[in-house]
Amino acid sequence: MGQKRKTIATVVSQNEIAPQIYDLWLETDLAKEACPGQFVAVYPKDGAMLLPRPISVCETQKDKNRIRLVYRIAGAGTKEFASYRVGEEAEILGVLGNGFPVSCAQGKNVFLMGGGIGIPPLLQLAKEMQAHKQIIVGYRNQELFLAKELAQYGTLYVATEDGSVGCRGNVMDAIEQNGLQADIIMACGPMPMLRAIKKYAEEKGIEAYISLEERMACGVGACLGCVCKTKEIDSHSHVHNARICTDGPVFEAREVDI
Amino acid sequence: MNTKVNIAGVTFKNPVMTASGTFGSGMEYGEFVDLNRLGAVVTKGVANVPWAGNPTPRVAESYGGMLNAIGLQNPGVDVLIERDLPFLKEYDTNVIVNVCGKTIEDYLEVVERLADEAVDMLEINVSCPNVKEGAIAFGQRANSLYEITSRIKEKARQPIIMKLSPNVTDITEMAKAAEAAGADALSMINTITGMKIDVHRRKFVLANKTGGLSGPAVKPVAVRMVYQAAHAVKIPIIGMGGIATAEDAIEFLLAGATAVAVGAMNFVNPYATIEVIDGMEAYMNQHGIEDIAELIGAVEE
Repeated sequence: MGQKRKTIATVVSQNEIAPQIYDLWLETDLAKEACPGQFVAVYPKDGAMLLPRPISVCETQKDKNRIRLVYRIAGAGTKEFASYRVGEEAEILGVLGNGFPVSCAQGKNVFLMGGGIGIPPLLQLAKEMQAHKQIIVGYRNQELFLAKELAQYGTLYVATEDGSVGCRGNVMDAIEQNGLQADIIMACGPMPMLRAIKKYAEEKGIEAYISLEERMACGVGACLGCVCKTKEIDSHSHVHNARICTDGPVFEAREVDI
Repeated sequence: MNTKVNIAGVTFKNPVMTASGTFGSGMEYGEFVDLNRLGAVVTKGVANVPWAGNPTPRVAESYGGMLNAIGLQNPGVDVLIERDLPFLKEYDTNVIVNVCGKTIEDYLEVVERLADEAVDMLEINVSCPNVKEGAIAFGQRANSLYEITSRIKEKARQPIIMKLSPNVTDITEMAKAAEAAGADALSMINTITGMKIDVHRRKFVLANKTGGLSGPAVKPVAVRMVYQAAHAVKIPIIGMGGIATAEDAIEFLLAGATAVAVGAMNFVNPYATIEVIDGMEAYMNQHGIEDIAELIGAVEE
């Protein structure tokens, strides 16, 4: 893994791929080091917004030094990012976090599960993983994004909250309705989904690697802002708080108390 | 050109330090900056035993600043001694350990444990707004501040810096109490207590409800308090509060600070400390300043 650094990236392309969901390709030398499940932090240019916004890496093209970020407009910072045009520069900090343990799924029957804006990191993960991949993704409605691309790398199952596409409900309903089974799970999405996956994996006695999210400041493990409760005493503060930005964002579900 | 400053008999290669809590014990930012270049690394507050800190969310952004309510999560002084101090010893920079506690006895235990360690100074945190007991309670009343300062001074082997809270009516009264009790230096300001409410959810953004405001938004308050305190006491002051650039740092020196610390801006720019050091040297060259001491308190009245 390369050294973390703050660097200037250049916008290669940007498109709105679903309402409020943006698809941004950046040219940066960080691309060579980025692994599935890791993230970069993007700095707004408006000086009133101090802190960088953590965004997971959706896809990389290492030979072209490109990374792809797919994000939702959630506030003023991401709204600014959505205004960036081709050729514009953006300051980013990266590559951050641990990423998914891709090789743990080697040759296994795996669920790759994503909910909403937790779906993007699954794309690079699905591309790199050598396994029997069942990709289970949940959306609010028929405004899907990344679904066709994900389908190239495994069997895709879609759930929508309003039932407009795939099964009605969430990713857990999709598992049940399709009678799916797995030896290992890798997932990213909202906390209720991750809690359900943790419970499911514990009942089935299988490994589940879940990517967590929390409000962050530094992104590099110094400020102790983005902690999550852990079963064992953590190595940094010797309490029960792991740092999501550096010890995570991906944790084995049994290790964390969510 | 001389950039060295002296605080309570300790020489610093330059007046730029890290503000406690924003730099860990140097390991994380050691990936970004050469720690050998810093005047000092000021470690995150450490207590006699590990503290788990507050529930999340612990941080929130606000206009030109940020709120934090970490609650002094720390591994306790034993881990600091076993892991962090040996790490820092490898670097040619001064080490200042920030000490926190819930009772005076907690503080004294940490101070005594550090007596024979490679620590240049102790910074006593009596101003964290995010923990319920101790900490700020000692820093908001002059008589309490006097008592804890004198008790710690009796036991401390290293010179002590009292870190003052801005959440007081009269900063000069607090500065004078610390000085009278034997403090060797002051650092200011700790964060200003603030609050943020999410209007869509009608909920507090921080789990702790309140948090400490830091970043460029607080700088004018910090400069004013450093100026007032510098006129009230003779002991040196380490100024901090929103320092992002060399100009910001020089503003604090002109107001009367002997040294400065970069805090929240480390999160914004991991290279901020080094850029401040380089920028101060460039400023000295540009203005023909031989000794950085010429700048201390040099604002024209």
